[in-house]
Amino acid sequence: MGSTSSTLAKIPNAEDLMQETGFTPAHLVRLYDRFKVLDKDKKGFLTPQDFVAIKELAMNPICDRIIGAFFTSGGETLDFPSFVRILAHFRPIDKNRPKEPTSPDPINSRSNKLKFAFQLYDQDKDGKISRHELLQVLRAMLEKQVTEEQLESIADRTIQEADLDRDDAISFEEFRKSLEKVNIDHKMSIRFLR
Amino acid sequence: MTLLPRLSLALTLLVVFSELSQANILRSSSGSSSGSEGSPSTNVTSNSSTTITTLPIVTWKWHHVETPYLVALWVLVCWLCKLLAQLNARLKSFFPESGLLIICGFILGGIVWGADKAQTFKLEPRNFFYFLLPQIILDTGYFMPNKLFFSNLGAILVHAVIGTCWNAGAVGVSLWGCYLGGAMGDLNIGLLQFLLFGSLLAAVDPVAVIAVFEEVHVNEVLFIWVFGESLLNDGVTVVLYNVFDAFVSLGGSKINAGEIIKGIVSFFVVSFGGSLIGVAFAIIISLLTKYTGKVQIIEAGFIFVLGYLSYLTAEMLSLSAILSVTFCGVCCQKYVNANMDEKSVTAVRYAMKVFANGSETMIFVFLGVTAIDNVIWVWNTGFICLTILFAIVYRFIGVFTLTWMLNRYRLVPIEVIDQLVMSYGGLRGAVAYGLAASLDETRIKEKNLIISTTLIVVYFTVVIQGLTMKPLVKWLKVKRVEPTELKLIAKVNNRACEHILAAMEDIAGRIGDNWWTRGWKRFEDTYITWFLMKPEARKNKDYLFSIFHKLNLEDAVNYVAEGEKRGSLAFLRNGDRTNVDFDKKFGMEFSGVMPDITSELDYGIDNVPMTSIRRDSIPSVSLDIHEQDMKDMNEDFNAHHLLQQHLYRSRKNHRHKYSRSDFKINQSEDEVQEIFQRTMRSRLESFKSAKMGVSPAKKITKHPKPSQKMSNGKSTDTSKSYPYGDEDFEFSEVDSAYSGDAAAAGGSSPMRAPPYTVGAGIENPAFMPEMDTPPPPWLTEVETDTSVAPSQRAQRQLPWSPTNLQRLTPLRISNRSTDSFVMADVPAAQDSPEEPPEDGSQQDGTHM
Repeated sequence: MGSTSSTLAKIPNAEDLMQETGFTPAHLVRLYDRFKVLDKDKKGFLTPQDFVAIKELAMNPICDRIIGAFFTSGGETLDFPSFVRILAHFRPIDKNRPKEPTSPDPINSRSNKLKFAFQLYDQDKDGKISRHELLQVLRAMLEKQVTEEQLESIADRTIQEADLDRDDAISFEEFRKSLEKVNIDHKMSIRFLR
Repeated sequence: MTLLPRLSLALTLLVVFSELSQANILRSSSGSSSGSEGSPSTNVTSNSSTTITTLPIVTWKWHHVETPYLVALWVLVCWLCKLLAQLNARLKSFFPESGLLIICGFILGGIVWGADKAQTFKLEPRNFFYFLLPQIILDTGYFMPNKLFFSNLGAILVHAVIGTCWNAGAVGVSLWGCYLGGAMGDLNIGLLQFLLFGSLLAAVDPVAVIAVFEEVHVNEVLFIWVFGESLLNDGVTVVLYNVFDAFVSLGGSKINAGEIIKGIVSFFVVSFGGSLIGVAFAIIISLLTKYTGKVQIIEAGFIFVLGYLSYLTAEMLSLSAILSVTFCGVCCQKYVNANMDEKSVTAVRYAMKVFANGSETMIFVFLGVTAIDNVIWVWNTGFICLTILFAIVYRFIGVFTLTWMLNRYRLVPIEVIDQLVMSYGGLRGAVAYGLAASLDETRIKEKNLIISTTLIVVYFTVVIQGLTMKPLVKWLKVKRVEPTELKLIAKVNNRACEHILAAMEDIAGRIGDNWWTRGWKRFEDTYITWFLMKPEARKNKDYLFSIFHKLNLEDAVNYVAEGEKRGSLAFLRNGDRTNVDFDKKFGMEFSGVMPDITSELDYGIDNVPMTSIRRDSIPSVSLDIHEQDMKDMNEDFNAHHLLQQHLYRSRKNHRHKYSRSDFKINQSEDEVQEIFQRTMRSRLESFKSAKMGVSPAKKITKHPKPSQKMSNGKSTDTSKSYPYGDEDFEFSEVDSAYSGDAAAAGGSSPMRAPPYTVGAGIENPAFMPEMDTPPPPWLTEVETDTSVAPSQRAQRQLPWSPTNLQRLTPLRISNRSTDSFVMADVPAAQDSPEEPPEDGSQQDGTHM
């Protein structure tokens, strides 16, 4: 990785992180380099502004939500372990690695991946995607010429498909059920994090 | 299943018949030749066609129709074979259709051979490559799941290029080694010929693969790997075949490094050139369909013609024709579907399937027929067995090695079971046979051995491997494709996931797959769709929205089906706003019974403004007639008029009138008569009750037409050239809500045309100019008010027979009070009711 590359030794708690996230040392080193690149002022942590500065990310229609997902605890700072933990959601599920019965649920498990997606919709964190919340996401994603009425009807239909208890909102359980057939492992995994 | 023997009997008869006619040609030709020898009896018969002694009423002209007749007959026979193969459900459940068809071919070939003592029909490479193959490949390209295809393109290419080369080389060299070892006796064949044989046998055949894998339903990744490989390896096969063919004619001594490099270069030229031609034709098709809306009825044909041309162009330039037509289909599908009218899209879809399935059937049957021939068969046990063995073994080795390499870079590795099925699915087919049959016998001495071995390999893979494929897939528990319900939430979430992944790649600072996908999408959105799509189509092309639209359509269809089951079609027939209420009621009524359908529909009606959906340019299927009704519906309907309309319309008979350019709804003559009489009766009654002779009939009759046209949004100038009857007719089609009255006015049925044309002869000169000019605003206003009552309008439009005119008068007054000043203008008309209507129109013309 050249002269700028850091070694595993420089990363605090590297062993624990690897244990927790399942990343290989190479991944960890690479992510640490990336973390330092993003952290322009060498603060040792990232702020939402650091994310917005990524040009491609700023063009993402739901970028504010994605950035928000990194700062779930409400704080304005993100240290390296948290950064890695978030990205670990997108590690493909590996069948070969022996499962330790003691560890509860790896970060990249199916339900954790789903939870990550779910919280992007659920902005007010009440455990439910309301019609309004869904509408906001849809509006961001369908920037093409879809009228407000059409947007609303799409939102309504979407909720109706998942909504089992007819409360006009999608709970996580309903969300999970409705996406049962979808191959989330595939859809929420990035190849190079394998 | 009692049908089975009968059908097979019919089939046999057909073949025998075609045989007899074939024999007839032979006999007649021999007759004519013997006639030239001078036998008097044959002279008379053979001359009978040239020197006519008396007028022949019926003559036997077999030679005129011979070729097309035989072609048509064989097509029929082959398709009947398919029907036969499909009839027996038990047989079908374990026997692949392609195998059954080949066996049918054996039987048919046996019949032909029995009749002729020689095989007169066989699969000619030329016919196969020019007339049978293109539509199959076009079909596969056009229906290619693009996303799946492109996301697996790398793996497919690896298999198609490296795998095929490996197969060709390994099989050729191994056979040569065995030949040197003396395993197949004395043959006049060298290493280059073996390599040529290996190359024509290396390619997995798309036709065979589709035929077998479509029945098996393996998971989509596995399917696209095998299927994509079978399509894309054509470029490799063609190049290998040509290169080795050239090498064989060059002779071993002249092959040097330069020739080999040329061969490698030609590979790139052939495959990329072929693909580029395909893409170029796809662009032409897409651009063309932007403008073909004007000739909608033949719009669908353009796809086929241009697709075929792309095949022929590539063939002409000696590039890979299969690659060309594949990429043509793959690239144009999206834009074509967006540009064309939904009906044309459906037409393309079905026609494509008809052509592809039809010629696929013919290919398999003829593969069978071809085998029954003593000329081509040269048996060499060692050669044939070793070929089969090597073909299979090297396929397995190639697939496993390549997949193992690919798996190191894949997100989801291909499992061993899938690899097994993939190797086992390496079916060879008609392409291999076609290539073998087009070998040059002067250079390749063992051509017949090669052909017969190829045929054996084809039969072995298609029949034996095809037969065992299904049990194997079941036994290995290969992941099958599950029929999943289309769900909006899944699609929404997929979209969100795409964005999330793209964002994560940005954050992690690596260029991954999503980066490429997104980049392409952005490029496509900004440039390609702008270039290739109609503006209207662009607007509504958002994927999520189209899914939503599709779901709604499905619901609507379900809803109609449900309604029909319950015997209530009223909601279909009324075409105005009241049906919204009706639908709601319907939904509530049955909400307990069918909560899904009604609730969704209910919501659809509530929340989606009818107009917004209906007015979109997103093409929509079916229901078109009624959709039209609703679109053009006038605002103010009251229940009375609605009812009246329904009384008429319940008798409406939908019929296709003969027209080359359009399908239109016609009305039965009986209905027209019936309505006519009814209106007359009611008119008589109202006539009695009303005060008589206030105003003449004619004035009012002229106005409704233009105003109706306006309300229908139809351009009036098109009506210029129409005789009256036609004009009315057209109007009634456009707006079937009014059809009852229009019919009463008597325009629609061709049978009734004469009286109108008579009337038109009189009236046309005066009326026509009026038609062209939009009616004055006051008139249209009045019209919209009154247009609601169909029967009344019908009365107004009945001026054709002068005697009616008088009876009409009272009603008119009641309808159109605002018109009274017009009537006041023409008191004279009233005095002479017998007067032809032209008089009134003239007056009106001056009035206007």
